[in-house]
Amino acid sequence: MIIAEKKPIEEIIREVEAYDRILVLGCNECVTVCEAGGKKEVEVLASVLRMNFMAQDREKTIDERTLERQCDHEYLEEIRDVIDQYDAVISLACGVGVQFAAEKYMTTPVLPGVNTVCLGANEDRGLWTERCQACGSCVLARTGGICPVSRCAKRVLNGPCGGSTNGKCEISKDTDCAWQLIIDRLKALGKMDDYEIVAPVKDWSTDRAGGPRTVTREDVKI
Amino acid sequence: MSEYVSDSRLERVLKVGHLGVTSECGPPRGSDPEEIKKKGMLIKDYVDAVNVTDNQTAMTRMSSLAACVHLKLLGIEPVLQMVTRDRNRVALQSDILGAASFDISNMLCLSGDHQSFGDCAQGQNVHDLDSMQLVQTVRYMRDEGKFLGGDDIKRPPRLFVGAAANPFADPFEIRVPRLAKKIACGAEFIQTQCIYNVDKFKEWMRRASDRGLTEKVFIMAGMTPMKSVGMAKYMKNKVPGMDVPDEIIQRLAGVEKKHQAQEGIQICVEHIQELKEVPGIAGFHIMAIEWEEKVPEIVEKSGLYPRPEV
Repeated sequence: MIIAEKKPIEEIIREVEAYDRILVLGCNECVTVCEAGGKKEVEVLASVLRMNFMAQDREKTIDERTLERQCDHEYLEEIRDVIDQYDAVISLACGVGVQFAAEKYMTTPVLPGVNTVCLGANEDRGLWTERCQACGSCVLARTGGICPVSRCAKRVLNGPCGGSTNGKCEISKDTDCAWQLIIDRLKALGKMDDYEIVAPVKDWSTDRAGGPRTVTREDVKI
Repeated sequence: MSEYVSDSRLERVLKVGHLGVTSECGPPRGSDPEEIKKKGMLIKDYVDAVNVTDNQTAMTRMSSLAACVHLKLLGIEPVLQMVTRDRNRVALQSDILGAASFDISNMLCLSGDHQSFGDCAQGQNVHDLDSMQLVQTVRYMRDEGKFLGGDDIKRPPRLFVGAAANPFADPFEIRVPRLAKKIACGAEFIQTQCIYNVDKFKEWMRRASDRGLTEKVFIMAGMTPMKSVGMAKYMKNKVPGMDVPDEIIQRLAGVEKKHQAQEGIQICVEHIQELKEVPGIAGFHIMAIEWEEKVPEIVEKSGLYPRPEV
């Protein structure tokens, strides 16, 4: 799932200050699950903005809407008939949703209301952790199902590096050493010999190094 | 291990069977070359080669390659340290050729400390390759005469290729397999993390030897003299992957502050003498961090002076 977190309210206020008619647009998917941009967050943000501008005696229209998904034509079309009523949209979707809305409604400013952080898992109540960097060429088969690209601070593919201490990463005692996790898992799988297989120089052309990525599926095209 | 792959003095010393001695110099945080030249001259006759660190602890410094050239021009043999943190494979291969163009003959391949420790904590890191892949890259360039992309290199680099090993980082059980992996990638010499826990190091050496790894690679034991009990405590508590036993701290704490530095040197000398007897030890890498003037004393007291003619 895409994990995002709320932007500081001061930053959002600065972004929307110049506009009088604002639509706060939520997304019902990933950002709802990680509680950064669903219906509830849209209500809260809209209320905070209203209170802020009321306190300054400024009259503004602040409306709320939450779409099923902002990364899909079908759902984004739902606001086509109302979009002209607004000077700006503050989107509480991930960066994908913000961009997709922006390119669909060319003449309306679409501003981000969240910071998109990573592809992660809901590990515990209020805790989301990175699991994948979408490098486009998955190495998990070789690493016991634990990703060194997203979970090692140095993306070391033949680790662990020399800084691993008590199972923690050299950058922080709160960060697990990905390679400790890999080794623990290889051990549990009885596959410790796999550790000594050298991971070759990685082809990063499937990562962002190859430019914006596209997935085409001829078999599902209409 | 009898054919020479480079013009490296270090390679000859090790292959002839002498205990090798290396030390290190950190380049300055400025463009004045005098500092590194001065450090180099202090240790010139006491070591076979001098490692030049590459933006160590992720602090921006004069480039390792430039500092290596300054030493080389003084007749000091450099070991070019190269980390994968800051440069992608294009820049790394380019710098390898640059070093080879000055006939620099040794290289140590590292991943580097994370940039969050340095003066550019908000910078991007690269890690296009990891340290083992860098070893493979240099070996490929040298032995196949080709770039990673497959094109031929005119006058390929002739470098004696090294890597680092930390016998004390966790998990311990992976430390020997990891050494094996570095050797499989093509490492020809290994310089270890600073050794204070001699017993644990010996255990690592024993395991490496049992697997026949000491026959395949020259292991140089890393030694750093403690300047004070404060430094020992800092190394124990703050430096990742460092194992400083309490008895070292107690021994330093047991002497007057003004004598602690000398006690640190004494400990270092004792450790070298003890480790000289350990099968598979090919030499010593003395990292006297910003304390280069003490290297001659350590080398002499350890019975490693004069350096052999090769």
